[in-house]
Amino acid sequence: MTTPDAMALGGEAGEVTLAAPTGSRRNVLDLDDFTADEITSVLDDTGAMVEVLGRDIKKVPTLRGRVVVTMFYESSTRTRISFEEAGKVLSADVINMSSSGSSVDKGESLLNTGLTLQAMGVDVVVVRYPHSGAPYLLARHLPQVSVINAGDGLHAHPTQALLDLYTMRERLGTLLGAKVVIVGDVLHSRVARSNLWGLTKMGANVVLSGPTTLMPLDLLSGRDELEEDHPFAQVDVDTDLDRAIEGADVVMALRLQSERQQGGFLPSLREYIRRWQVTDARMARAKSGALVMHPGPMNEGVEISTALAHGESSVIEEQVTNGVAVRMALLYRLCAGRGSRMAQAG
Amino acid sequence: MAQIGSDRPERQIMDAQEIQRSLSRIAHEILERNRGVDDLVLVGIHTRGVILSQRLGENIQRFEGSQAPLAELDINLYRDDLQARENPRVRPTKFPVDVQGKRVVLVDDVLFTGRTVRAALDALSDLGRPKQVQLAILVDRGHRELPIRADYVGKNVPTSLDEEVKVRLTETDRNEDVIIVKLGREIK
Repeated sequence: MTTPDAMALGGEAGEVTLAAPTGSRRNVLDLDDFTADEITSVLDDTGAMVEVLGRDIKKVPTLRGRVVVTMFYESSTRTRISFEEAGKVLSADVINMSSSGSSVDKGESLLNTGLTLQAMGVDVVVVRYPHSGAPYLLARHLPQVSVINAGDGLHAHPTQALLDLYTMRERLGTLLGAKVVIVGDVLHSRVARSNLWGLTKMGANVVLSGPTTLMPLDLLSGRDELEEDHPFAQVDVDTDLDRAIEGADVVMALRLQSERQQGGFLPSLREYIRRWQVTDARMARAKSGALVMHPGPMNEGVEISTALAHGESSVIEEQVTNGVAVRMALLYRLCAGRGSRMAQAG
Repeated sequence: MAQIGSDRPERQIMDAQEIQRSLSRIAHEILERNRGVDDLVLVGIHTRGVILSQRLGENIQRFEGSQAPLAELDINLYRDDLQARENPRVRPTKFPVDVQGKRVVLVDDVLFTGRTVRAALDALSDLGRPKQVQLAILVDRGHRELPIRADYVGKNVPTSLDEEVKVRLTETDRNEDVIIVKLGREIK
């Protein structure tokens, strides 16, 4: 399920909202089933969590006795550590599971691993998986567990999008009407995809820029088939970055995955750098004080110049700090009300 | 959700002027007990405690000519009933001064089971070690479940458990008064 046209945008996986019977949220799978109000309330809670992270003693007791398991079937540093820190600051017990050295090595399926964790009384499972849709599978079959998608294939990375939204809102004051330019390999970016949902729901104007071969196909052909409220229907594409960047409030560079060049998506790395690297010179065309963002890990000197990545307009490190707070807000929200939900489920 | 229907019996126990007089008296009592505003911090518990602490602060400024610092405390991360709460929200805790060595006056609207105050004490101790903690309350309605009492009370109101005490302040509500609402069967 990793071909671009099977990315489950509004497809079958997108329709599985799996909301708890009481109407409160049980899972965080993507931002497509969040309303603007719910996103706003998560971002507000995130602000309160930032205060906790700024204390001398970063520890509050709220999730004492809750168990959070991170299951990462793909490499990750910041997302996994960030979830681990978020859980620990809230006093949850956090257990990290990686695919190597676990029963996955013996061929256990994702679902059976999930069922095992559920039987152990785990409250929240944070899952990263190379195939799109895997967290939905877990959510569908584990009624007593809350599932958070920490990145599935090319599909979604909702917690990254929420931390991006929070960072932008903190700096700009509001997302409404903000011009956000997302540059680079949108086609293979779950970060971009979740951001598209979040940004359009919050009323931002999104422009995608990059080589035609790396733009999502839905945008370049068959746009008429999209329903009006689909986020892709409201998004502009401009392959000329110098033009796209004009008047931008935020420029978000995406990681260029090196294997893409072998895949024939790029004529040459040098051409990519010349036309689409986000640089100081290009940022001069954006609004003054415009933000530079990157979901990490960065290829400095490829999609973003080193000077810019560590320059004044860069909020890349702030994104990482805010990532912990956003994940605290989500863990808190999912664990609240679990008592009554479990009573109903059981 | 609690809805105030026209058929639901409610009665007023304090009007705007009584609230004002109570806050004015409590401000005097705080100044008397603490001999002024030295090392004093007024800490409002979200949401209405914050508003009441601001009003107490204004009174203290008026009576004493100097201001006690104001702080805001959110106790949601310290509650003992998260499992039973749907959609809880967290609001920022704001402390403009270090709580270490201060005389803290916690301010809230209603004192009931005492669990909110218990949570507030835990939250405070995570921020530092105050010299002393006092409690100011607009309405004490009884039914304590923990050994907690208020140092300053606007009004003591005997209530039964099927009643709810609502403090309404112009900053957050349309009215300015305190009412008792008889709970209907649909409200837990």
